[in-house]
Amino acid sequence: MNRIPSKKEMQEALKQRHGAFLQEKFSRSAVAVCGLGGLGSNIAFALARAGIGKLILIDFDRVDISNLNRQQYKASQTGMPKTEALTENLMEIAPYLAVSSHTVKLTENNAKTLLSDADIICEAFDKAEEKAMLVNHTLETMPEKYLIAASGMAGLGSSNDIRTRKAAERFYLCGDNVSGTDCGMGLIASRVMLCAAHQAHMALRILSGSYDI
Amino acid sequence: MITVNGTKQDFTGKTVAEYLDFARYDKKRVAVEQNGRIVPRAKYEETALYNGDSLEIVRFVGGG
Repeated sequence: MNRIPSKKEMQEALKQRHGAFLQEKFSRSAVAVCGLGGLGSNIAFALARAGIGKLILIDFDRVDISNLNRQQYKASQTGMPKTEALTENLMEIAPYLAVSSHTVKLTENNAKTLLSDADIICEAFDKAEEKAMLVNHTLETMPEKYLIAASGMAGLGSSNDIRTRKAAERFYLCGDNVSGTDCGMGLIASRVMLCAAHQAHMALRILSGSYDI
Repeated sequence: MITVNGTKQDFTGKTVAEYLDFARYDKKRVAVEQNGRIVPRAKYEETALYNGDSLEIVRFVGGG
């Protein structure tokens, strides 16, 4: 096995890419990823690669064979809690990333505690009711947080229908708004990744000080 | 008149809950903003719509 670069070397490489100011900002930021499926696992990968300082990972579920078509897990990880499997995978990419993982179901009772350290919250749940719960709860009780949610990314519709829109002052919504899993076609890696990329990218834009879409 | 997701609607004097029922939204799958502010879920029944109000309704679909 090759030598793993030192923390200093990795930080230096990221600074070369992003500039010292922006990299400093990224490395001091914490982003919560709520749900570690097709959206969440891909959001976490993008943010870890960009050099985000801390990720708060929340999911109660375990890796299933049916997840492997679009989620960033390995066949050898089936049966593992997603929090553990994803942390393992992220550590191979970004060994100095701080991960705070919670193998619990996020509810209105524990959300405020779990999300208190997050500068930005990414909603990455699967079920429409869970999405609505987190969005409403965040907007109602944590108006100071930036929230990036997703709705509509199933099927083989056009890539170009996936977009980011600003739905309120600190609330962004990514997806095509209509393609749910009840539309007849399931979730396809490429289109879910597009939506996850929109979410991760908006998070990085917000951290860089660009609040428009 | 009120504006719902950019379209004018004659719903002045009714409540958010009445509009959601009329337009057949599932209340467990939406987030509603009135003039840019979130309407708490517990207040859909009592939140009245005034002339000139702007309502944004975000409907969530499954998948992630």
